[in-house]
Amino acid sequence: MELICPAGTPAALHDAVGAGADAIYCGFNDETNARNFPGLNFNREEMRDSIAHAHRYGVKVLVAINTFARAGNVDLWRRAVDDAVECEADALIVADVGVMDYVARTHPQQRLHVSVQAAAANPDSIRFYVESFGAKRVVLPRVLSVPEIAAITREVDCETEVFIFGGLCVMEEGRCSLSSYATGKSPNMDGVCSPAGAIQYREENGALISRLGNFTINKFAKGEAAAYPTLCKGRYQTDEGCGYLFEDPASLDATTMLPELRKAKVSALKIEGRQRGRAYIERVVKTFRHALIALEEGRPIPADELNGLSEGQSTTVGAYKKTWR
Amino acid sequence: MPVALASRVLPLLPLQLLLGICLREIRSRHPRIFDRLGSHTGKRYGLDPTDLPLAFVLEPRRMNPRVTVVRTLPPGVDARIAGPLSALIGMTDGSYDGDALFFSRDIQIDGDMEAVVALRNAIDDSRVDFLAESVAWLGPLATPIERLLRGLVAPPSFRQEMGVGGGG
Amino acid sequence: MQLTLGPVLYNWKPELWRDFYFRIAEEAPVDTVVVGEIVCSKRSPFLEEHIPAVVERLTACGKQVLMGSLTLMSLVRERKAMAELAAAEEFTMEVNDLSCLGMLGGRPHAIGPFVNIYNEAAAKFFVSRGAQRICLPPELPLSAIRTIAKSQPDTTFEVFGFGRAPLAISARCYHARLNKLSKDNCKFVCEQDPDGLAVTTLDDEPFLAMNGVQTLAYACTSLLGDIVKLDDAGVGALRLSPQQCDMVAVAQLFRDVIDGRLDAAQGADELTRVYPIPVANGFLYAKPGSTFVAGAGEVHRIAPVA
Repeated sequence: MELICPAGTPAALHDAVGAGADAIYCGFNDETNARNFPGLNFNREEMRDSIAHAHRYGVKVLVAINTFARAGNVDLWRRAVDDAVECEADALIVADVGVMDYVARTHPQQRLHVSVQAAAANPDSIRFYVESFGAKRVVLPRVLSVPEIAAITREVDCETEVFIFGGLCVMEEGRCSLSSYATGKSPNMDGVCSPAGAIQYREENGALISRLGNFTINKFAKGEAAAYPTLCKGRYQTDEGCGYLFEDPASLDATTMLPELRKAKVSALKIEGRQRGRAYIERVVKTFRHALIALEEGRPIPADELNGLSEGQSTTVGAYKKTWR
Repeated sequence: MPVALASRVLPLLPLQLLLGICLREIRSRHPRIFDRLGSHTGKRYGLDPTDLPLAFVLEPRRMNPRVTVVRTLPPGVDARIAGPLSALIGMTDGSYDGDALFFSRDIQIDGDMEAVVALRNAIDDSRVDFLAESVAWLGPLATPIERLLRGLVAPPSFRQEMGVGGGG
Repeated sequence: MQLTLGPVLYNWKPELWRDFYFRIAEEAPVDTVVVGEIVCSKRSPFLEEHIPAVVERLTACGKQVLMGSLTLMSLVRERKAMAELAAAEEFTMEVNDLSCLGMLGGRPHAIGPFVNIYNEAAAKFFVSRGAQRICLPPELPLSAIRTIAKSQPDTTFEVFGFGRAPLAISARCYHARLNKLSKDNCKFVCEQDPDGLAVTTLDDEPFLAMNGVQTLAYACTSLLGDIVKLDDAGVGALRLSPQQCDMVAVAQLFRDVIDGRLDAAQGADELTRVYPIPVANGFLYAKPGSTFVAGAGEVHRIAPVA
């Protein structure tokens, strides 16, 4: 199984290469990618140099062009495609059908991956992307259990890639407008969820209050582990109860699921976190590289090594084990 | 803590001069920081080491970046980052993950979050090492003094508490 | 401009669901009606026995009927049900997930607001595959709607005009989670909230509405005051999404404003009486979707007309 690692900057990409990534995914510094954060991502020159660096070490680079092109300005996305091809990207990770169509027509030799943002959650939709655009791999949504992943992988004519660590969407990716409802900026259109520009933190008698746009998302008591004000991981109230109505602020950690994912014939394992720093990248990539070596050699895999790096300082195996089904 | 004691008796002026030299070094050696900051080069950042009786106002302007040492942060900074000095320094050299320090409540941030995120990303990419850059001008003395400073600001027990920085 | 009644998104009692459509058929001035359970396949069996009568009545009263597909399907039985629906030649499907496109094999169909069509390139692709009507995603701003609609003049473009905007879909059921039930044994607790369960922040600000696996806006979308601009942008139909209120009255208000029989401001007042929930239209103006932009005047055209 290939280990796919995030990089938000050239320095992070270098560290990921050093830490044992098989492939690294990254994006251009504009709204064509779904981590369009201030100070993050690659300009054209950095992309070319970084891909060349990775290739010298036999590491692949996958360029994420995975937002939905803005009407009237689709050329920005087409240019991103052309430039990534020119920079010798090993694959493009794309979500928008219009952009996929462009890749398939203009660069038929270019390897195309279906982004998780394309919400391909069953064999029928995956087949649609394979037949329409020649997609070679699909990144599966984080809403599937391991048996479902295994069944899909058996049934489709392309490789599957799954997330094993990092931020966790509980809503189906690419089909969530919670962020634009609260802030006017959406993952699909702007490449941001719960964007920094809409976040306010306030300390009140030792408690940390987080707000997004005009809405209070959470209050953390003194000493309680904090989290980003991501909408689906906020504390809310209803007539029937109060708390984390959608999901607790925890990160995905599928370390313990690695043997099952291998049995499911998954091709690639993905670490989330292009927006995280080098300290995170290096630590997480190394930990999973060691875990994969241990798996290979039939040794037990050490677990729970990465809690400190997680939101709310806790982790979950997410949908992989559907305790809630 | 020895650093806190030292700084309590330390007049601000020499420290101010030292930081000025350090910042000029950084500007000439890491120009990419300013590219990544983009429009945030015009912002004023308050850096507040909670274990020291002083704080810093950073203005990362492309032409004449400035850092001012103050006893307490003035009102009107665009963003404030507060936490133990070792955490603040560890974030810059890549040994600590800023998000993890926020989750664990070891650092506090408020104000303009875009500015904070841009600064974090710019510094993370630059591999700037504040301790090394601060002492570089000392020539042959740089290495031993850097080692001394590192010992002061990052006791090993703190690193383990953070859950980062170690770990192979 | 046409009016479309979107599918009932909530878990309504089957008989009330049937009677609702009977009344719509007879009384509501809508051109098209989307029928079927699109949110949760566990609810489908209860509606199935009523669907033939509902479709028959709607058709007899001159409404065009579309059969809405599920929005998220992962189980084999869900995929099978959609394949059967796609194969039924007597129905026109409204596709809410790309999975259905292969099943349709290029036959004419409509596309619902849950398929991501954000630009003219995507619209062109779907039209080339047989889409004749497209309801655009609720979060699209007017500038994008205009560019897309003008690029495919032979296709009817629809915009989400009334009701709580659907914001997210999940494999997980939040009604079940709230009631500490598993999804498989959910006891259909969502039926207690036929208009969605209000979700407020810790500061008691109304925020969202919960509907099983779906999350919606708390605010009610109302584009009643934006009809002139939508018409100018090339929008051919407005979607009215059923809420727990007099939907015949809602449809009549929209019809009257579209036809110039009723002033938009007066219509908005009336609408608040029919459905007393705060209104929002922020998405249309690239503002937070929870906000309402009143009397926005002329909207600056950002995107060039294709």
